[in-house]
Amino acid sequence: MATREITYGEAVNEAIRLEMRRDPTVIIMGEDIAGAAGRPQYEDAWGGPFRASRGLIQEFGPNRVLDTPISEMGFSGAAVGAAMTGLRPIADIMFVDFAGVCLDQIMNQAAKMRYMTGGQAAMPLVIRAAIGTRALPGQQRGGGAAAQHSQTLYSLFVHIPGLKCVAPSNPYNAKGLTIAAIRDDDPVVIFDHKFLMGARGQVPEDAYVVPIGKAEVTKPGRDVTLIGISRMTQVCLEAARELEQLGLDAEVIDLLSLAPLDEEAILESVRKTKRLVVVDEDNPRCSVARDIAALVADKGFDYLDAPIKTVTAPHTPVPFSGVLEDAYVPDAARVVRAVREQLGLGGN
Amino acid sequence: MYTEDLLKLLYQRMVLIRTFEERFRSLVEAGRPLGSGHLYAGQEAVAVGVCANLRQQDWIASTHRGHGHCLAKGVEARLMMAELYGKVTSTNKGKGGSMHITDMSKGMLGVNPIVGGGIPHAVGAALASRVLGTDQVAVTFFGDGASNQGTFHESLNLAAVWKLPCIFVCENNHYAESTPVEYSVAVPDIALRAQGYGVPGVVVDGQDVFAMYDAVQSAVERARAGGGPTLIEAKTYRYYGHFLGDNPLRYRSKEEEDYYHERDCILRFRERVLREELLTQQTLDDIDTQVKATIEEAVQFAEAAPLPDPQELYSDVYVSYPLEQLRA
Repeated sequence: MATREITYGEAVNEAIRLEMRRDPTVIIMGEDIAGAAGRPQYEDAWGGPFRASRGLIQEFGPNRVLDTPISEMGFSGAAVGAAMTGLRPIADIMFVDFAGVCLDQIMNQAAKMRYMTGGQAAMPLVIRAAIGTRALPGQQRGGGAAAQHSQTLYSLFVHIPGLKCVAPSNPYNAKGLTIAAIRDDDPVVIFDHKFLMGARGQVPEDAYVVPIGKAEVTKPGRDVTLIGISRMTQVCLEAARELEQLGLDAEVIDLLSLAPLDEEAILESVRKTKRLVVVDEDNPRCSVARDIAALVADKGFDYLDAPIKTVTAPHTPVPFSGVLEDAYVPDAARVVRAVREQLGLGGN
Repeated sequence: MYTEDLLKLLYQRMVLIRTFEERFRSLVEAGRPLGSGHLYAGQEAVAVGVCANLRQQDWIASTHRGHGHCLAKGVEARLMMAELYGKVTSTNKGKGGSMHITDMSKGMLGVNPIVGGGIPHAVGAALASRVLGTDQVAVTFFGDGASNQGTFHESLNLAAVWKLPCIFVCENNHYAESTPVEYSVAVPDIALRAQGYGVPGVVVDGQDVFAMYDAVQSAVERARAGGGPTLIEAKTYRYYGHFLGDNPLRYRSKEEEDYYHERDCILRFRERVLREELLTQQTLDDIDTQVKATIEEAVQFAEAAPLPDPQELYSDVYVSYPLEQLRA
């Protein structure tokens, strides 16, 4: 399969385009999904809030590429109804923070419809939600989008039975997981990290699937397991490089799928390394990080040589000012510090 | 203009709903463990007048007060009764109960007890109809209370700007739980809200099945022809409390109840068809007898039906998921 280097955003765009070509029941809807709706001379003005749907309206038309009014509850509910009646809708709610105005349709309707109806209702629905802080051009720092446009929040969704949740970390798995989500017969929420949208990587041209429910060992190692979610996988890899200089060989696991959880991969790795640090950009209470810590405490306690550490955002909203945002988002230094604590190395 | 078959259908469905609800009430009051429910008695002309205009493959989305919508759309009374009993041979395999009765095979998208929760589902069904190129229409029922929910306004606007074959039927039974409509709605008619979305809004006597049938017929014709949505406000009344066990006389008067009982949809139907000699007394009596038998058969079916295996707790959560991750 021919591959070439493209961005994360282009990989998602390609995934959606290929699936819309393959299956005429796939539709996509959201605010500014094309942009300048109803004004042909400005068609595709935005191509999606993060350009992930650019060009789709030209190929598939406004019947399948639907700009919506600013009505998250209305259009996510319409996506639920459409999924029940023969379509495979992709509802793009833009920022995950906006789940606050459509949570009923996700939590009470989409997630539970199949169960409540005794298996009658199909729910092949994809919800796309952008998470995290946004990279500024030429800077490593975040985007200063503050408390209502920078959250990760996936723990909320993982808590709800009936939803599947995936968090890609690079262009390759973003394309494969997006295709897997569209083909999945259950509702899948895809959390795309804004910081990763411009990240480049090798991506095959054809359609392929990265299976939902499987984690990936991004870097094998012997001394400690670092589990990353979404952008935090990059932070784990950075930490692994720093640990190498201390003579430590870290294993990095890219979780990819939050629900279901690849318990086997996690336990298998911890059995080998005997130490676990989970790195999660979400707030800590009832989080995926602590969920994994509980899993390992329950099923892998005997493997452990040191207490499990979680490196997460604090229990605060996301702040605006760059210096505060830097203090909020976990970084490699904090991961290294956690490993040093596990090894009793103390200090920095 | 009303064929004999249509008249018989209108009457049969209204009596079926009334009898089903009265029987359900008597079973609950006799201590059967059926949970609670929101009785549709009094509002029969609305569901029946709407659904008599629909084909089996047309969709309806319902409310928490949904038994009437189900029966009007052709869902079998015995499968519904078995669902109320939590039995496995039922509409929802015992996973839904009164507040979730669903029968996709009859175009019934589900009773939905999040007030306003089902409204956008009808918009989605209408969208699917357009994308798939069928000529199905979708109807959403909702109450006066739900007309204050965001989903109503967002959905009506979406259906209007997308010109979808979707019909919005507001059952204004004058109470949102215990709150009177004149307190929670600042316009005299909820149908007036249609103006804000550029769609036709009509007020109908929801206790007159003929008026309901006629109004919905025009709206369905308009929707199928690509004319977009219509908002129909049916002025109606629920005879019982918000839920089984709620005493409505804590918030409304006996005189008011009497007023609506005198205008009962079934009574007025009988008077009109007999006066105009559209149906005979014998025909009406035969339907009454058949319906009574249907409901008794439904109760016997439900009583005898098997309970779900406890392992059913884990089925239908997902199409595919590791079972061990569902267990506690």
